[in-house]
Amino acid sequence: MRAFTLPRCAVLILALLTGACSTGPQPQLQNFAEPTFTLERIRSDDAVDVASVYDPWEGMNQRIYNFNYHFDQKVFLPVVRGWRAVVPRFIRTGIHNWFNNIRDIVTIANSILQLAPEKTFESSGRVIVNSTVGLFGFIDVASKLDFPRPVEDFGQTLGHWGVGKGPYLVVPFLGPSNVRDALGKIPDLLLINTVNDEVLSKPLRATVFLFDAIDTRSNLSFRYHETGSAFEYDTVRWLISTKRDLDVAK
Amino acid sequence: MKIRILTRRLTAFLCLSLLSGLVSASVENYGYPFTNRYVATVVGTPAENSAKLPESIPFKKQRIEIFPDREPPEVLWYGKELIYSVALQKKKSPLIFLIAGTGAAHNGGKNTNMARAFYQAGFHVVSISSPTYPNFVISASSSGVPGHAQHDAEDLYRVMETIWGKLQKKIEVSSFNLTGYSLGAFNAAFVSQLDEERQTFNFRRVLMINPPVSLYNSISLLDRMSENIPGGVDNFDKFFEKLVRAFTEVYKESDDNVGDDFLYKAYEALDLKNEELAALIGVSFRLSSSSMVFVSDVISDSGYAKPKGLVLERYSDLGPYRQVLNRTGFTDYYHELFFPYYRDETPDISRDDFIDAVSLESIADYLRGSEKIWVMHNADDVILEPGEIDFFPEVFGERVIIYPRGGHCGNMNYTDNVAHMLDVFTQGGAL
Repeated sequence: MRAFTLPRCAVLILALLTGACSTGPQPQLQNFAEPTFTLERIRSDDAVDVASVYDPWEGMNQRIYNFNYHFDQKVFLPVVRGWRAVVPRFIRTGIHNWFNNIRDIVTIANSILQLAPEKTFESSGRVIVNSTVGLFGFIDVASKLDFPRPVEDFGQTLGHWGVGKGPYLVVPFLGPSNVRDALGKIPDLLLINTVNDEVLSKPLRATVFLFDAIDTRSNLSFRYHETGSAFEYDTVRWLISTKRDLDVAK
Repeated sequence: MKIRILTRRLTAFLCLSLLSGLVSASVENYGYPFTNRYVATVVGTPAENSAKLPESIPFKKQRIEIFPDREPPEVLWYGKELIYSVALQKKKSPLIFLIAGTGAAHNGGKNTNMARAFYQAGFHVVSISSPTYPNFVISASSSGVPGHAQHDAEDLYRVMETIWGKLQKKIEVSSFNLTGYSLGAFNAAFVSQLDEERQTFNFRRVLMINPPVSLYNSISLLDRMSENIPGGVDNFDKFFEKLVRAFTEVYKESDDNVGDDFLYKAYEALDLKNEELAALIGVSFRLSSSSMVFVSDVISDSGYAKPKGLVLERYSDLGPYRQVLNRTGFTDYYHELFFPYYRDETPDISRDDFIDAVSLESIADYLRGSEKIWVMHNADDVILEPGEIDFFPEVFGERVIIYPRGGHCGNMNYTDNVAHMLDVFTQGGAL
């Protein structure tokens, strides 16, 4: 039950939003005088919009994006502020390192699946050092020793073997992604759950995903509607998609 | 008679050359690393040459309503409140307002670095976005059509007064000071002039860092730079794609993710030609101005890219407007939105008069006579037309320092520059 509350909730909201996403009547552009500049007149015929991303569910995605903004403002950020105010920095850092150590295990698994010996070796080295000398991952000794830190997830593994991103998808609570990477989260989460089952006591296991979420948000500087772009939805969509392409290529 | 004029000119000339001699003497052995002005502008200052500033200062984001009775248009619903940043001292201290450059935010890289330097030196810091930054245009611009020297100054002054109204209950201030870079420096000059009349702050000292002389000349230069895209503006997308691909290569090779010196590494690896670097500057300028123009078009309902009268909603697809505005330049905005808007206000003023008015030349007498206003500039700044740099020593005399290189704001983090920036405010006993 524990970790499934969140996804189940998400599916529910997704269903609600999909139902509610029929856009209202589009204004008839021909009822308005043509503006000074139009795309038809100033763009050459063979030009393509590089910043475009395949987004057939834009209506739904925009609404989930807006939902995530409100969730961020009303719940996520206040909790993160409380977390930072109450928990001393060294403990927060320790917890952050602990989660990163678990993610390094995810990287090992995906590096093996990508048949990438160097990344497998690098991430294994990190996990071995940090889990032992680094006291179960609470101290990031490996980074202090300048060990490189590759980050690979199942979405990247799929991408590595040629699976395309699919449509752009804004996931409730989690934020912008695409169909491939969102589905790729599932095996990664199963692996993390298995590791947690091994190393954590029962009450911790039930709540660990909450701490993971708080820690992740706490380390992201992104703030909705403060990017300085009037086209934020488009800009974020393009940046995230490009970033994921780069991550797969790396 | 003629001889008298001649001797006077000769004396003036001699004084000037002596002065420029003095100025360049103080920047001898200048160690800023990049001699190429485009590289300097794009890459800035490498970490090893930058001033050592505290990593974390209490630089806090704040929100304030400037026009409580005004609701933004639905598509810009998120911009009701102005966002700015402050870093406050515990004891009585001088306060400095920072104004960001074109399209830049209160917490952008350059303002954040200035905030670190001034906070460390003992100032209360209040950092404000550029009047061309979308959040500012939506929440704090009286007209919604930025770029007008006096109107922008009035908007900024209103913002400063409103913020001060909130802060004065919390902090003690010994003097008010003002600085800004690029367009923010240009704004600072007009804000200072307005302050002489309003006298809310009576600024003790004002520093302009890399200002344009004529705003129109500078935006024309920047527009022309994006025309440097190999194959012309029509190849904007291809050029962009090439940059992204090149970026991927650098990213693949780098061990860490995008860190402090990523841009520097990228530049070293990419080996871009001067024209390409210029195009990059022009394109990044255009990307930031496209948001400003969109916001302005929506608020003023000018029919620039959005059809006049069409009401956009929260979830409207803005893609087509984004594409149009990435293809039009700042000069297009000037001629097709800005000028028609203000012409309605003052019908008998010509296009050229307008261009002349948005220039430091228009307030040269004020600037010449104001001992409190200082300037830092670079001889190779890319936003100045040839010869425009001479305006500064001519008007400001010894209150200007001109560095031999640094491009446009590229050397702002360089150790000597940060030291001089603080000196301008601390000499004469601000602290």
